[in-house]
Amino acid sequence: MYLRSFLSAAVVAASVSCAWAGDISGAGATFPFPIYAKWADAYKKATGNGLNYQSIGSGAGIKQIKAKTVTFGATDAPLKAKDLEESGLEQWPMVMGGIVPVVNLDGVKSGDLTIDGPTLAKIFMGKITKWNDPAIKALNAKATLPDLAIAVIHRADGSGTTFNFTNYLSKVSPDWNSAIGEATSVEWPVGIGAKGNDGVANNVAGTKGAIGYVEYAYAKQNHLTYADMLNKAGKAVAPTMEAFQAAAANADWAKSPGFYVILTDQSGDQSWPLTAATFILMYKKPADVTASNEALKFFEYCYDKGGDMAKSLDYIPMPDNVVALVKKVWTTDIQQK
Amino acid sequence: MTASAIQATESSGSLPRDRSGALGRLKVWDAGFRFMTFGAASLVLFLLLGVAISLFIGALPAFRHFGLDFFISDSWSPPKERFGAAAAIYGTLATSIIAMLIGVPVGLGIAVFLTELCPPALRRPIGIAIELLAGIPSIIYGIWGVYYFKPFIMQPYVQPFIIGTLGAIPGIGALFAGPPLGYGILTAGLVLAVMILPFVTAISRDVFETVPSVLKEAAYGVGATTFEVVGNIVLPYTRVGVVGGVMLALGRALGETMAVTFVIGNATRISTSILSQGTTISAMIANQFADADPGLFTSSLLALGFILFIITFVVLALARWMLARLEVKAER
Repeated sequence: MYLRSFLSAAVVAASVSCAWAGDISGAGATFPFPIYAKWADAYKKATGNGLNYQSIGSGAGIKQIKAKTVTFGATDAPLKAKDLEESGLEQWPMVMGGIVPVVNLDGVKSGDLTIDGPTLAKIFMGKITKWNDPAIKALNAKATLPDLAIAVIHRADGSGTTFNFTNYLSKVSPDWNSAIGEATSVEWPVGIGAKGNDGVANNVAGTKGAIGYVEYAYAKQNHLTYADMLNKAGKAVAPTMEAFQAAAANADWAKSPGFYVILTDQSGDQSWPLTAATFILMYKKPADVTASNEALKFFEYCYDKGGDMAKSLDYIPMPDNVVALVKKVWTTDIQQK
Repeated sequence: MTASAIQATESSGSLPRDRSGALGRLKVWDAGFRFMTFGAASLVLFLLLGVAISLFIGALPAFRHFGLDFFISDSWSPPKERFGAAAAIYGTLATSIIAMLIGVPVGLGIAVFLTELCPPALRRPIGIAIELLAGIPSIIYGIWGVYYFKPFIMQPYVQPFIIGTLGAIPGIGALFAGPPLGYGILTAGLVLAVMILPFVTAISRDVFETVPSVLKEAAYGVGATTFEVVGNIVLPYTRVGVVGGVMLALGRALGETMAVTFVIGNATRISTSILSQGTTISAMIANQFADADPGLFTSSLLALGFILFIITFVVLALARWMLARLEVKAER
């Protein structure tokens, strides 16, 4: 009895003193969780250091890093430069993804339907209620659109996907901007709220006449019908890796303090208008420098070796020029000794 | 303890001193025991008070900022920082009322059948099935609701039927109008009805079994039908227990979170039709708390929690009051 408790105490003491102070700890956005998990797995195999990432949502991630309970926070909705300065945080984009409008219409396949931003805003505001509305017909001369009610499906839980989606609608529709605005959860005038990307995907798949928005990976895995979009340049684009990357390449990262760039509605003929980046938050003067350095090593590994892993999960790696900018910021701004 | 004390008094000569020592020890033990049970009981009071106070403190900024509007407005817009609880309060009450309207009569019916009419061979299997239903976690009901009940029962059959019949009646038709999307207040209410059924049944059955058979036999002896026996003997005899079971069920219906979130459609608005989407207090908190910004948003969610606390409290107080009135009536 005594021996056993003594032994277990010794084991605990040994494990604390030998290993580096545990895993890298982070919390936040759910959107990049699959790729962070994959990177962490590969990193653990390569170095022996693990990552403890809690995907509790962007807002909660910001709360956690501000409370200093984690080494890094992760958020889909970037903090503004002023907020970063006040809290002493550094922010950079880690990886990108695409959001696609998905529909469920008999006889309509992926690519058959094209929607532009203002029309999308009107659908999600309940101002366009039928699929054969003149506004949709005008964009799709060839498609046969039924006299069917549109069932709007949106996220019920707060999410970075919703933030980027509503940010786009706010940019392209003044009505949306004044009545609803952009946030991780908004007051939807119409529609059904479903939990998570998978909830939206399931509901669109199960409801005739439905339209929703999900991350590209979910649309692909669930074989949902996606719609093409008219971008800022007025060109019709399909959601592809190239289109997402084009949006990132057109963004002006260097001149944006705190890398505050929201990738929706970027210019460029090839740009997919619903592209989104997800961000990391860390302290410039970390309380635990060792933990902070370990986290930076992990992120460096992700940038250098994680590109193909990201692509395999339908995420888009950051362009090289952006990665170079981020690494420069690490050395100049974050205290590493 | 007592046995050893007696043994001690028998074996030794100095009798009075030993007895007082033993009695003293017993007294201390008893006082300690009393203190511990008192502590356990008062802990509940402190916890209740603590939860209420901490919720209220968290909710205070929202109450201060919005005032009475918080209870009247059904607008819930985080980016515009406009928060109103009306839609969530309405959804919570509406789903619970639907659940009670269906769950209570059916639950009582099952209990009467089990205790008065059921062939003995069936009694055990049905009783066990009811208890199993009570033990199913609510998330399972939610999954059942969203993957089976909604797409295969509500959407293709129940909702079109209701829209075609009740929805066509002028006047009250607006209550049952709308496209059959499957999700909504009614679907949530029906799933809740299934969830509270075992509570009503299990408790009612247990109290029905306490009715002395002489009372029932006497009633049957003077020619009463089963219906009359249940209405005039069993229910009056067991009303306290039955009301208790119903209140426990209502408590579950008011606070149920996951199952409701799955099927209610999560729309923060009040619609006239019970087929349209809505939300409840607990569903709102579950959906939005993780991503809520500190400040008014979080405070408003805490305020919702405080309101649910008050609603539950009022319901329980009403139940006590009803019971007290029943007692007075019965004594006259």
